[in-house]
Amino acid sequence: MYVAVKGGEAAIDAAHRDLAALRRGDAAVPALTVAQIREQMGLAVARVMAEGSLYDPDLAALAIKQAWGDVPEAIFLLRAYRTTLPRLATTAPIDTTRMVVRRRVSATFKDLPGGQVLGPTFDYTHRLLDFALAAEGETEPEAPPAADQPLDETLPRVADILGDEGLIEPEQPPADDGAGPVGDLTRDPVTYPADRDIRLQALARGDEGFLLSLAYSTQRGHGGNHPFAGEIRMGEVEVEIVPEELGFPVSIGDITVSECQMINQFKGSKAVPPQFTRGYGLTLGYNERKVMAMALVDRALRHRELDEEATAPAQDDEFVLSHADVVEASGFVQHLKLPHYVDFQAELDLVRRLRRAADSDETAGEPPQEDT
Amino acid sequence: MTAPDPGVTFGYLDEQTKRMIRRAILKAVAIPGYQVPFAGREMPLPYGWGTGGIQVTASVIGGDDVLKVIDQGADDTTNAVSIRRFFRRVTGVATTEHTTEATLIQTRHRVPETPLRAGQILIYQVPIPEPLRRMEPRETETRKMHALSDYGVMHVKLYEDIAQHGCISTSYDYPVRVNGRHVMAPSPIPKFDNPKMHDAPFLQLFGAGREKRIYALPPYTSVVSLDFEDHPFTVQAWDRVCDLCGATDSYLDEVVTDDRGGRLFVCSDSDYCTGRRAAGHRGPMAATAAGEALSDAMAAVGREDGEARP
Repeated sequence: MYVAVKGGEAAIDAAHRDLAALRRGDAAVPALTVAQIREQMGLAVARVMAEGSLYDPDLAALAIKQAWGDVPEAIFLLRAYRTTLPRLATTAPIDTTRMVVRRRVSATFKDLPGGQVLGPTFDYTHRLLDFALAAEGETEPEAPPAADQPLDETLPRVADILGDEGLIEPEQPPADDGAGPVGDLTRDPVTYPADRDIRLQALARGDEGFLLSLAYSTQRGHGGNHPFAGEIRMGEVEVEIVPEELGFPVSIGDITVSECQMINQFKGSKAVPPQFTRGYGLTLGYNERKVMAMALVDRALRHRELDEEATAPAQDDEFVLSHADVVEASGFVQHLKLPHYVDFQAELDLVRRLRRAADSDETAGEPPQEDT
Repeated sequence: MTAPDPGVTFGYLDEQTKRMIRRAILKAVAIPGYQVPFAGREMPLPYGWGTGGIQVTASVIGGDDVLKVIDQGADDTTNAVSIRRFFRRVTGVATTEHTTEATLIQTRHRVPETPLRAGQILIYQVPIPEPLRRMEPRETETRKMHALSDYGVMHVKLYEDIAQHGCISTSYDYPVRVNGRHVMAPSPIPKFDNPKMHDAPFLQLFGAGREKRIYALPPYTSVVSLDFEDHPFTVQAWDRVCDLCGATDSYLDEVVTDDRGGRLFVCSDSDYCTGRRAAGHRGPMAATAAGEALSDAMAAVGREDGEARP
């Protein structure tokens, strides 16, 4: 039996054809369209847009189709597309108090100005497989009933309500008071300690699973800070740019975002009386689990500015930011399947030498003790 | 030269990005062995596959360059094939397997056996650019250690190896001191290749994409592998020759030829081995069935369908 050790262009091409055929699946089953994925797998599309750092539901849906449904692979495709796109403008900060909300809930107040809006959520579904969905000729779901009254145009954020009483720390303006550009880790390498803008960007792009586990670890005592979900909201916000030649904001469209403001206990310090502190999460698209995890980890990473002792992984910006990116992590873990013949040969040679040396030591030295 | 894909910029990266990377390279050349942070881009190949080397190549390559890509010393390994194909597509430049014909050589894990000459550029793909990372996981600390030339931990590590094993048990990515100043990771090349870096007439560039670092060795830079007076640095040696071409001076890969313990030892540098065989050199196993099968396989794979050896 001869073992082929190297593969060439022909093998790669054949592998690509094999992949394409498996991705397509049984040809007797109609192919998914990009529009079907965009419309019916919206949460996958949202995650790909959020971690892909690109708001484009059509391209995200295409990436999911091309990636055979593998979400990290789809994120990778979107990132690789995004990487060379020109930066035409920087938007003004979005204003989520003016969000057209589809969902807005607070766990800290039973009712609040603007009210609780449950919206589309799995929260109170019973997780029983719905075999009606598997039946051919699925019936159209009933349209949700219209609300009795329209929502307020502006919904104040819970954190601002607490802020009016001075019970929560004021939002810390950046050192340059917002005059300078916001950091961008895709344009400048990260340096540590990282500022909050960079941390939040890294978290917003970070792998949902990794952030979820880190957030969970803070709840289980590793850097805990007693969080409350002050507010979670999801809906459409307007994106504006201020063209230099015009000098006033111009709306360029609406995007869906999810936002979470965590409210955390803080015992206070010599200079600061006890008050609540903030953790913040925001992503493109509807990613509720992600923004909640992000807000917990953001709060944990703020230990320096709050003068807390850092003892847990979730508080270590270098640890969290260096390992949060799914494209980086997936690449480096999986590169182990690339050939390492040369390094392995070096190790093989070394182990053999060490074993030979050990053998000769044994024969040269005292005879081994007999077992008794 | 074939026509590049009209849908992408020459070299894939946009011009601003290439300029940013060239600046980082210039800085790296000015401070040999110092790791320059750069805003590494996401590439259409995965991290770990050579995105740093690819970005460096994409930033320095020109229309009249001749590119060679090797992985484990060989032109016909899948990743080398894939990267070469990528550059053919996004630049249309000529590619070669001959070390002597190339102006740019992108490599993973090897320095070619054929000595490079002045004017050639060797571009290394680097997974972990920080030589101190295994001793100190924190970047904030390692940057300080480099700034202060505080390399004590490295010497302690090497000393502990000797105390434990009687020798330094680092066989690849063996740390070097550059220009008498920075300790540098040579990337996971076998230590066999370390001496080729010293006082070399060609430019050496190192790209780490995921870690976003670029570093460089300008021509004729001193590159000294760390050691002790009583335990001098040595390289791997074999008590055998290449089974196919009979070379006595090349790094040998072990090839398992069957499931009955059969082994061949052949040059990891496929161009060197092929060149020697073309010149009439024969190794001890060249005429055996396994030797011929391997030789045929090396000649047949790695090329475009129907393409002659470039």
